[in-house]
Amino acid sequence: MTWMTPLDFAVRYTAVLILALIVVIFGIVAPAFLAPGSLMSTLKAASFIGIAAVGMVFVLLTAGIDLSVGSAMYLAPVIAGIAMQRLGIDVAPALLLCLLVGAAIGLVNAILIVRLRIVPFIATLAMLFLVRGLGIWSTGSRQIDFPASMRAFGQSALFGIPMPVIAFAIVAAAAHIVLAHTAFGRHIYAFGNDAEAARKAGLPVRRMQAAVYVICSTCAALAGFVLISQIGRIDAGFGEGREFDVITAAVLGGASLFGGIGSAVSAVLGAVTVQAVKAGLVYAGVNLYLQPIVQGAIIFLAVFLDGLRAIRMEKQARRSIRPLA
Amino acid sequence: MSALLTLEGLGKDWFGVPAVEGLTLSIAPGEVLGLIGENGAGKSTLMNMIGGVVPPTRGRMLWEGQPYAPASAADATAEGVAFIHQELNLFGNLSIAENILIDGFPRRMGLIDRRAMARATEALMARLDLDLSPDRPVGTLVAGEKQLVEIAKALHRRARLIIFDEPTTSLTTREIERLFSLIDRLRAEGTAMIYISHILGDVVRVADRVAVLRDGSLVGEGPVDDFPVPRMIHSMIGRELADVFPPRRIAPPDAPPVLEVEGLSAPGVIEDVSLTVREGEVVGLFGLMGAGRSELARILFGLDPAERGRVRLGGQALHGGPRERIAAGMGFVTENRREEGLMMDASVRDNLALAALGQFAAGPLGLVDREKVGAAAQAMQQDLRIKAADLARQPVRSLSGGNQQKVVLGKWLLSRPHLLILDEPTRGVDVGARAEIYAIVNRLAEEGCGVLMISSELDELKGMCDRIAVMRGGEITGERSRAGGYRDADLVALAFGEQAAA
Repeated sequence: MTWMTPLDFAVRYTAVLILALIVVIFGIVAPAFLAPGSLMSTLKAASFIGIAAVGMVFVLLTAGIDLSVGSAMYLAPVIAGIAMQRLGIDVAPALLLCLLVGAAIGLVNAILIVRLRIVPFIATLAMLFLVRGLGIWSTGSRQIDFPASMRAFGQSALFGIPMPVIAFAIVAAAAHIVLAHTAFGRHIYAFGNDAEAARKAGLPVRRMQAAVYVICSTCAALAGFVLISQIGRIDAGFGEGREFDVITAAVLGGASLFGGIGSAVSAVLGAVTVQAVKAGLVYAGVNLYLQPIVQGAIIFLAVFLDGLRAIRMEKQARRSIRPLA
Repeated sequence: MSALLTLEGLGKDWFGVPAVEGLTLSIAPGEVLGLIGENGAGKSTLMNMIGGVVPPTRGRMLWEGQPYAPASAADATAEGVAFIHQELNLFGNLSIAENILIDGFPRRMGLIDRRAMARATEALMARLDLDLSPDRPVGTLVAGEKQLVEIAKALHRRARLIIFDEPTTSLTTREIERLFSLIDRLRAEGTAMIYISHILGDVVRVADRVAVLRDGSLVGEGPVDDFPVPRMIHSMIGRELADVFPPRRIAPPDAPPVLEVEGLSAPGVIEDVSLTVREGEVVGLFGLMGAGRSELARILFGLDPAERGRVRLGGQALHGGPRERIAAGMGFVTENRREEGLMMDASVRDNLALAALGQFAAGPLGLVDREKVGAAAQAMQQDLRIKAADLARQPVRSLSGGNQQKVVLGKWLLSRPHLLILDEPTRGVDVGARAEIYAIVNRLAEEGCGVLMISSELDELKGMCDRIAVMRGGEITGERSRAGGYRDADLVALAFGEQAAA
């Protein structure tokens, strides 16, 4: 890799370096943080935001954004819960219904953005309110209690690995295969790098752009379902403001808001990093009220790094125009 | 030899006005057709018809004798037409292999077969002498390599007609040579090519036949041997260009210096650069791509930092960024007018007024006096003969390259600079507008402005400059004056360094 300088290397692997730094720092301050049990619980807690962040990476790769994920992770489980209560369906069909609702929300986003050409930020902002409104209207803003089978599913484990972590791993692995090893995935990268050139190359641009919003909302719905299955109940405020956690995780992990850069690994790294900081602060006994400040600092760091990366890439592009002999 | 592509009475109207008229032309396999014409002569419209972007209004095209009417760019691609544009259509975040195979990845069980992809790419790259890993991201390649990737893409699609549109503008001398020998090989293999360029010497070098467009019509066509450069110019502009480089009063050698640069260094970019530009003097800066000329210009203008050395303008030491330097009387026409020199979607008037906006501020609030701006813009338009219909509304984007460049120059003329830095001021500009730009530069110099002119075209520098400084690897390797006489071999040797000259 002769073309990569140490600085390029650092920029490229920032996410890994930050996570390693955090683990080392908290490991020194509070050694209990590194106990196998607490590491697994950090991973388990990270899977909720992580699953949604995997979906968000698809959207970010196209230089889009989806602000409606917090509402999607509320409405989709709500509909599933109502169906379980009224129709008495089992967990598996409820999960399927939840995913379908998520996909439907994504389809509406896609229509607004691809067909009606509304800017993603505005389209999904409107959907943020619309989708949550639908959920609150259909529940009368009351909480919904799920049958016991739901919690049994949520608390289950395979070979000692908690269900949420398994779900997270499956989603991340599937996303990695799609993004890195299918034509659809590589076309997303091409589109995010230069939309006009992708159009000129005759790539199925509209279909692809629509698909990423469907994938994103479906992932958000799954994330909601996975977390709710652990609690067994969903109230009207669930998922509120989570869109920012999700975007932060994806960007902190290395996905760029400018499109074309990021991977499934970004979502995993970012979600784990955010959760590791949260858990680390608790283990280190940091004042609870300081935590929003730390969270703000993390968002700042994520966006700042993204900006640095963009500048760095611009410089690289310039350097490639004029080779210094 | 039977023709690959034949155009019969082809014509295209834009809003009832013909842009291309009665064009009859054919190109055979293994033939390189040089297509030349001023900006606005109809070259782009013609290419868009061949490329399936716009349908012709009249006439028809034949592909191997069969009617050819592509409805889209994809149709043209499928038929075997490929374009190598000035702005390359590559994805910097994808690998070389992915870029080449972007619209048809080899698959195995639904997934991309990376091994098959590497195999296909390596074979193509070997044909082009491109010695790089197929996995390397295209964003890390230099301009010449990127272009080869674009050509590899065309070869992969078995293109039978490749259209090059100003392919050499961002290439180094060595890369240009490599491109030309590649074109020779493709010709031998039977690929037909259309080569469009303003650099007429290149057309002479690569083309078998030349076609000249003027005002949408074919005004000359024949074997390249019948078209020496003067005849090309004559056909393109329809008149003799008495002298492309108008004569100018030579600056007196004892004129006071405007720009004094002493020992300027920026690590990794330039090293110990010293240079003087006097009042009324045009000083050229020659060198290969990447010799550090544009980088020096950016540092002089305060866009990039210098670590050591001094820069003085009119005897005053310069500090700060572009804002302070413009105030001190410096102007900078960048090589990249689309991205750095102009606001493409703003009107001609607003672009002209930008650098001198302070002059037009009036009243206690310092609001911009629109009428004053309008009058100044109009005067500048007449002065520079900028072809624009409505100064206040017409966006700069809609002007031809030469007229855009005049707007950039006009912008700086309004701010009455003491020193104007020009970076490749005639790149992508047709011959007629070129001569006008040279005249503007000469007039500026006669009014006492110092001009520092960067160019990769030696003829342009020899024709324009009182002195030429040559850069190589970020250093000034020598300086020659008009009085001492310019010799091409001498200047080129300075640019390449002694090893290449020996």
